Amino acid sequence: MTAPADAPAWPDRLYDVFKRAGIKQVAYVPDAGHARLIDRCRADADIRDIVLTTEEEGVALAAGAWLGGDRSALLMQSSGLGNCVNMFSLMRSCRFPLLMLITMRGEWEEFNPWQQPMGAIVDDVLKLCEAEVYRVREPQDVEGAAERAVQQAFGAERIAAVVLSQQLIGKKVWTK
Amino acid sequence: MSGATLERRAAMAALVAGRDDNLLVVPGLGSTCWDLAAAGDDDRNFYLWGAMGGAAMIGLGLALAQPQKRVAVITGDGEMLMGLGALATIGIQRPKNLGVIVFDNGVYGETGMQPSATQGGVDLVAVAQGCGIVTCLDVRDEAGLADLAARLKTLEGTLFARVLIDPAEPPRVLPERDGVVLKQRFRAALGLAEAAKA
Repeated sequence: MTAPADAPAWPDRLYDVFKRAGIKQVAYVPDAGHARLIDRCRADADIRDIVLTTEEEGVALAAGAWLGGDRSALLMQSSGLGNCVNMFSLMRSCRFPLLMLITMRGEWEEFNPWQQPMGAIVDDVLKLCEAEVYRVREPQDVEGAAERAVQQAFGAERIAAVVLSQQLIGKKVWTK
Repeated sequence: MSGATLERRAAMAALVAGRDDNLLVVPGLGSTCWDLAAAGDDDRNFYLWGAMGGAAMIGLGLALAQPQKRVAVITGDGEMLMGLGALATIGIQRPKNLGVIVFDNGVYGETGMQPSATQGGVDLVAVAQGCGIVTCLDVRDEAGLADLAARLKTLEGTLFARVLIDPAEPPRVLPERDGVVLKQRFRAALGLAEAAKA
């Protein structure tokens, strides 16, 4: 897989982290900000990619994966976090690891105002759910944050979220 | 739900009778949990005291992680209806070793017998078929139940089954309630290394 010359490199660094961590199942509701990472995972015969109908499915999937000894990751955009909240109870009640990578909408150069209400409460919701939150605003910080999140999720058996700020992803082009 | 004659405790007992160590069972929140506990406790049961709508997806993650084992999700119609999208997700993945079995009594038994959508005409077998699950069974009698139990012994392809059951609610049989204990004993039964430390 080759990315366009102007594509950001951080999705490839996230893929590298997945490989080092031994991630076997990657679940997602597609998001443009995760497109490159999803492509890398889909092209990898050692990673099972699982497209979901809603993000909370991925929380339950992660619990099942861990019961069976697999490490998994859940990719979503910020709007998807709200779909997960009750299912987080499963992870907290049983101390299941959950590694989430969340791309932000509604906070920077956002064309669609309907993204703002959920985007604005992402960090607070995660904290209320006792997740470890790693906010990343600069491309060079993505890999390190993901490494720490992996350690928290699978080492401490808890919810860990890497929140990728919208500046990293860039403006969504609405006119074609 | 006319014509439903199967009693839930007997149906669960028939499905797990003589189980081997390769059968892993995930019951859904509510009556199917009590049914499974009544059929006999096992470290390879992962009882759900919450996570409504999540049973089938837990089964999928487990089936993908343990391709040499057989995974039976045995849940109720209300629990399945809350996570209907999981059937689409499973229909795409189609692990050979996953069976999703719904005890359909057409009511929410835990909360006062309010009618569920299946009583209103939603056909879970048709939904599963529409999601691409090739083997979809409509179990209405003892013969159908015996066939399903036999298929669970081998599982050679993703299976969905609706089992029509009588809405009667037998007394609850409560299993272990500590989620961490349930998780650790399940993983230990699979020989997973980290489980030994806990």
